[in-house]
Amino acid sequence: MTRVWIWADVAPDGVAPSAFELATKARAVGGDVGAVALGPGASEAVEALGDHGATLVYTSDDERLVEPTSRVAAHTLAALVAEHAPDVVLFPSSYRGRDVAGRLQGVTGSTLMANAVDLPSADRARAEILGGTTIVEVALEGPRPHLVMMRPRSFEPDAVGGTAEAVAVDVVDPPGGSSEVRVLERTETAASGPSLDGAKVVLAGGRGLGGPDGFRLLEELAAAIGDTAIGASRAAVDAGWVPYAMQIGQTGATVKPEVYLAAGISGALQHAVGMKGSRRIVAITKDPEAPILRLADLGVVGDLFHVLPAVTEEVRRRTGR
Amino acid sequence: MNIAVLVKWVPEPQGTPSLGPDHLLVREGADGALDPGDEYGLERSLQLVERDGGEVSVVSMGPEVALAAVQRGLAMGASRGVLVTDDALRGADTLVTARVLASALRSAEPDLVVAAVESTDGYTGTLPITLAELLGLPSVTFATSFDVDGAELRAERQTAAGTEAVACSLPALVTVTTGVAEPRYPSLKGVMAAKSKPVDRPSLTDLGLGEDDVRPAQRVVSAEAAPAKTGGRVIEAGPDAAAEIADLLAEARVI
Ligand SMILES: Cc1cc2nc3c(=O)[nH]c(=O)nc-3n(C[C@H](O)[C@H](O)[C@H](O)COP(=O)(O)OP(=O)(O)OC[C@H]3O[C@@H](n4cnc5c(N)ncnc54)[C@H](O)[C@@H]3O)c2cc1C
Ligand SMILES: Nc1ncnc2c1ncn2[C@@H]1O[C@H](COP(=O)(O)O)[C@@H](O)[C@H]1O
Repeated sequence: MTRVWIWADVAPDGVAPSAFELATKARAVGGDVGAVALGPGASEAVEALGDHGATLVYTSDDERLVEPTSRVAAHTLAALVAEHAPDVVLFPSSYRGRDVAGRLQGVTGSTLMANAVDLPSADRARAEILGGTTIVEVALEGPRPHLVMMRPRSFEPDAVGGTAEAVAVDVVDPPGGSSEVRVLERTETAASGPSLDGAKVVLAGGRGLGGPDGFRLLEELAAAIGDTAIGASRAAVDAGWVPYAMQIGQTGATVKPEVYLAAGISGALQHAVGMKGSRRIVAITKDPEAPILRLADLGVVGDLFHVLPAVTEEVRRRTGR
Repeated sequence: MNIAVLVKWVPEPQGTPSLGPDHLLVREGADGALDPGDEYGLERSLQLVERDGGEVSVVSMGPEVALAAVQRGLAMGASRGVLVTDDALRGADTLVTARVLASALRSAEPDLVVAAVESTDGYTGTLPITLAELLGLPSVTFATSFDVDGAELRAERQTAAGTEAVACSLPALVTVTTGVAEPRYPSLKGVMAAKSKPVDRPSLTDLGLGEDDVRPAQRVVSAEAAPAKTGGRVIEAGPDAAAEIADLLAEARVI
């Protein structure tokens, strides 16, 4: 029977939703689903992982597992994999997911498939390539377990109400020791308003907003609509207008809200990857040739500095906010 | 200080690359260049050796045309280049690429290996991390700035929650975002000088790699275009635009 494992990104404040997406998919592929949850927050994650279909959860709350290189986590996972021989390990396309999967590939010599959007079987993955314009089906060969890194939100998480057995894991030190990277300082970006993950509406701004002040126009509209998160293109993030946590696209978040509104964003492939799954797409851009217009249900060609305030006013008029 | 910067040749960095009948990326004959994402780390590395002394080398695996990417790195100011080319590497997966680059780097013993967070064409973002594991190096990923202070690497990095300032002793590997430096444009003098800089072209045998080491374990069996959007409407921003957007919000039941 196929044995699919998933890597769960855990933190003291909870499990990342990606773990539930992966567990749901793993259940669909085959037999027992093992989840690996390493680092502070792991033991609290067992119940929620069980609820989403994991039957076994390998856990350790040890602090050493979250050092910045992910070497300790990767070698601990490698030892588990050697002992239990899963056929596939699914990872999220997250910071830790990449670091752990990348390291694990170096240890086990098994192949790592990135940007996957589906897993038809233990040796087949479907992946989005060329900026999401093409979908390929790839046969996975070589030593098991195959490592597959899934694009966020490729599956709807589905709670089945199961329970998982927790298995305590011993931390494995990598050759040459651990903790070679010291953290000198940590700054958390304060999240204001609804998160990109859950919001029904996402308003995203790009270079066309002209500066940090331009984002005020989006905030005003967000306040008028309610349950709305603000996102950004990489151009706006790289310019330092807004924090990286707001970036949508290949290197940032993937969102699938009911409505996605892009203002002053051209719609480069790398941006489109993170938003084209949205239910409805609205785009406001000056450039009638901008690729974002080809993704939009409603494209408005014109100056966002005129259009956005008018929309805010119209929404306020209808909602009375 | 000896810094090795990974440089990747990518087809059509500004356009849309395509797949050939064998489902592999069309590389030969495509209009390619050094991956723009690699120029940021290269620029920062050049700044560091210009300040502290030392040497930057640019290291790549790719087809014959990839020499253009190496040459661009040399024109920007790197002292030497390494390019590994072999027919057996066509269709290489990230594990194979990491093995090849690891072998090419082992003899150079760099103090610091610099790569981009992800490439423009493959964008797996895992190659440098696998490489670090094979070389037994600590890695700092997603750096938005980095500096070398004596035998120590210092970097600011993005994390899921915010940012982190980290330090680690050399040798180490760092992956960088576009924030680390503004790449210089190669001068004419730089372009001329590049022509006489050494480019090492080791064979797989030179690197101690056999057939089994370079056999890819991923095979594309089919490819199809992702479904395109249909039925969208584009209007001019006139007096009705705001009402149309509000109508769509209402239809979606979000207002
Ligand atoms: C490896 C890699 C990864 C990447 N990852 C990401 C990613 O995760 N996310 C991402 O977004 N990008 C990413 N990019 C960058 C991407 O290629 C684009 O450069 C970026 O998305 C462009 O941002 P933009 O649309 O805001 O800017 P631009 O492309 O400059 O577009 C600005 C738009 O605003 C319009 N405009 C200007 N003024 C006005 C006005 N007054 N009113 C209305 N419209 C106006 C312009 O006509 C234009 O359409 C990545 C690139 C690479 C190579
Ligand atoms: N064939 C290659 N030659 C040199 N460097 C590479 C190669 N492939 C990837 N890299 C480096 O690794 C980074 C991440 O690549 P990727 O894993 O493809 O996203 C790239 O941005 C390059 O810096």
